[in-house]
Amino acid sequence: MNIADLKIGQKGIVTGFSDEELSLRLLDMGCLPGEEITLSCIAPLGDPIAIDVAGSRVSLRKKEASTVMIEKIS
Amino acid sequence: MRENILKVALIGNPNAGKTSIFNLLTGLNQKVGNFPGVTVDKKSGPCNKIKSRKVQIVDFPGTYSIYPRSADERVFFTEVTNPESDNFPDMAVVVVDAAHLKRNLLLFSQIKDMGVPAIIAMTMLDVLPEKDQLDLELLAQKLDSPIIPVNGRNGEGMEELIAEIERFEYHIPEPFLPMESYVHDDLFYRATAAFPDEHPYRVYQMMQQTDTYAGIGPEDIDIIDEIKENSSFKSHQLQAQETINRYRLLDDILREVKPHNKKIEENLRVSSQLDKILTHPLWGYFIFIGILFFMFQAIYSWASIPMDFIDEQFGALGEWISATLPDGALNSLISEGIIPGIGGIVIFVPQIAILFAFIALLEETGYMARAVFLTDRIMRVFGLNGKSIVPLISGVACAIPAVMAARNIENWKERLITILVAPLISCSARLPVYTILIALVIPDESIGFFNLQGLVLMGLYVLGFVLALGIALIMHKIINSPQRPFLIMELPSFRMPRWKNVGLTIYEKSKTFVFSAGKIIFIISIVLWVLASYGPGSEIAQAESIVTEQYQGDNQEELENLIASYKLEHSFAGYLGKAIEPVIEPLGYDWKIGIALITSFAAREVFVGSMATIYSVGTDAENTKTVKDRLATEINPKTGLPVFNLASGISLMIFYAIAMQCMSTLAIVKRETKSWKWPMVQLAYLTGLAYVSALIAYQTLI
Repeated sequence: MNIADLKIGQKGIVTGFSDEELSLRLLDMGCLPGEEITLSCIAPLGDPIAIDVAGSRVSLRKKEASTVMIEKIS
Repeated sequence: MRENILKVALIGNPNAGKTSIFNLLTGLNQKVGNFPGVTVDKKSGPCNKIKSRKVQIVDFPGTYSIYPRSADERVFFTEVTNPESDNFPDMAVVVVDAAHLKRNLLLFSQIKDMGVPAIIAMTMLDVLPEKDQLDLELLAQKLDSPIIPVNGRNGEGMEELIAEIERFEYHIPEPFLPMESYVHDDLFYRATAAFPDEHPYRVYQMMQQTDTYAGIGPEDIDIIDEIKENSSFKSHQLQAQETINRYRLLDDILREVKPHNKKIEENLRVSSQLDKILTHPLWGYFIFIGILFFMFQAIYSWASIPMDFIDEQFGALGEWISATLPDGALNSLISEGIIPGIGGIVIFVPQIAILFAFIALLEETGYMARAVFLTDRIMRVFGLNGKSIVPLISGVACAIPAVMAARNIENWKERLITILVAPLISCSARLPVYTILIALVIPDESIGFFNLQGLVLMGLYVLGFVLALGIALIMHKIINSPQRPFLIMELPSFRMPRWKNVGLTIYEKSKTFVFSAGKIIFIISIVLWVLASYGPGSEIAQAESIVTEQYQGDNQEELENLIASYKLEHSFAGYLGKAIEPVIEPLGYDWKIGIALITSFAAREVFVGSMATIYSVGTDAENTKTVKDRLATEINPKTGLPVFNLASGISLMIFYAIAMQCMSTLAIVKRETKSWKWPMVQLAYLTGLAYVSALIAYQTLI
C-alpha cells in the first residue's frame, strides 16, 4: 500500500519508493525508509494531501504520494 | 583571503529563520543585487559590528540540500564550486532550525563535505519543549563545528555569533560522512586518482552535477565523463544512498544528544489545529478569499488617505514654485514637468508599501504555503501549479517581483505559463489609472451595500484574473514539455510574523520602486514636457496671434484655453498623438489620450503623470486644479461630448487592464526565460487582446 491509500489521521512506516526521481526530493525532506508518517490534511478538492514526517508537514500531490510505499500501522 | 575580506555565506533550509539573522548581521547596510549570470536576488552586506576585519555576508536562497531543485537553489552550488567567483565563501554560517534538527543538519553535513568550514547558528530553540535536553556542547563536538544558539526575534545570541565569525581561522574541515560508505571502491579510487588535489566529495559532486559544477573546464568534464562511463555511475541510486547514509549517521548522533529522543510535536499540534480550519473545504476558501478581499480594501481605502495628502502637497508645491519663480521656460519645466513627475512617483509609495506588507505577512506567518496547498488542484486545470498563486498574488503589487517569484516553480512549463500570464494581474501601477478613470466616469453611488466605484474596480481585477487563467489554459494546450510537474513542498509551522522582517521588506521594495521605476517615470515626464512644449514648426510661437485673430467671442478664459490647446496640438507630442489617432479612434480615444498611451508604453503609471503634464501645459498656473478636475472638463471638439464618458472610460480601463505596457516587465521576462521569444510573444498577444477587448467594450457601450 502507499500513502495515497491512507485516511486522515492514519499512520504508516515508509518502506520504499516506486519513483526514483521523486524519491530523491522526498529523501531530502526527511521522508526516509523506516520513518513514521501520518496523513494530516487533505485539500478541499481531495488533492493535494499533506503528511507529517520527521517533525515537518509536507504537502504532495496524490499521484506523488502513491509512489511512496508504506506499511500501515494501527 | 582574497582582498582581505572574509566572505561569509549564509545558508539554511527554507523557513529556518535565515532572513532574520541576515537582517541582524547587516542591519540597513544590505545591498540587493544579482548573482552573476542569473537573476536570483543576491542580498549581501558588510557586518559592521566586526571591527578587526572586513566581513562580507552573502545571503543565499534557502535550500534543503546541495542538490538543487530550482533555479534559486542552484545558486549556492554554482557559487561554492567556483573559486574564481566573488561570492565564493571562505566560510559558511549554516542556519539550523532546532525544531527540525535532522533535516536541517543534512545540508550542513553536505556543506562540510564540500570542504567549506561551517559554523551553526541554531534557531527556534525557544519553541522546543525539551529545550534543556538538547546537549549542544556534545552536538558541537560530534559535528566538529561550533554551535551558537540565536534568537532571530530578539537578537539574543547574535553577539556570540558575530564573535565566532570574527574569530574564524581558515581550515579545511574533516568530512562528515566518509564517501566510501556509499561510493564503491572502484569509483572512489578512479575519482581520487584523477583529481588528487580536490576534496573527494567535490570530485563526487563533479560527477553528480557535472553541468551545474561551475569550476571545471571542458577537459575535466571529459575525464569526469570517462570515469562515469567506466565505473557505471548511477547518479540517482548513489544520491539516494548518500542521503540515507547521512540521515542514519545524523540519527546516531542525535540519539546521543537527545537522550529521550522525543519527537517535536508541540509545534505541529498547533499547526494541525490551524490547518484543520485553513484547509477546511468551506472555511478554507472563505478565509482565503476574505484575506484577498481585505487586501484589496486596504490598498484602495487605507492608501487613499496618504495618497490624497501627497497629491495635495505636490499640487501646492507646484503652485508655489510657479508663483515664486520668474515666468519662463525654467519655471514651467519645474512646475509643469518635474514636480508633477516626482509627485506621480511618490504617490504610489503608500500602495506599494501596503501591498508588500501583506505579501510579507503572508510569507512570514506561513499562510502562503497554505494558499498554494488550497489552490493547487484548481490551478492544475489551467496548466499552472499551486505555487503559481504566489506570483499571481504578488502580481497585484507589481509584475516584476511576480515574474521573479515564479522561479520557485520547478517545472519549466508551469513556470513559463505563470510568467506569461502574470502581467494580466492588475498591478499597482494600473491602480492610479483605474482610480482616476473610475472617478471620472463611474457615478459615486451605492447598490445595496456595495459602492459602484468599488465594484467596478473589483471587476477590473477579476477581469485580469479570469483572463490570466483562460490564457494559461490555451498555453497549456499549445506548449509541450517532457518534464513532469510535481508539488513537493513543506507547509511550515505557523508563527507570529517578525515585524522587523516585514518592515525591512516594505522599506526595501518601496525604495527599489522609487529609485528604479521612479527614474524612468521622472525622465519620461521631462521628455514629455519638452515634447508638449516645443514643436517642429513656428505655430507654437505664433499661437497667441493666430488664435486671437480667429477668435470671435470675448471670454478671456476661453481664449486662453484655445491658445493652450492650439499650442499642444502643434507640439511634437501633438503630432505623435495625431499620428496614432486613426488607430485608437475606434476605441473612443482622442489624440491627447494617444500621447498618454505612447508614453505609458514604457510604464503604465506614466499615464496619470502624462495626462497631468499634457493638460497642465499652458494652463493658468494660479488656477492649477487637480488632474481629475481638468480631465472632467475636457470636451472632444469633434463630438461635443466629454472626452471621458462611460464608453471611452471603460474602454480605456480595459485597455490598461490587459495591455503589456511595461518595459521593465518585458526586460525581466527576457532575463528569466533567457530569450526574446517569450517577451515578444507576451507583448504581441497582450496588446492584440487589449485592443480587441477595448474595441468591443467601446462599440457596445457607445
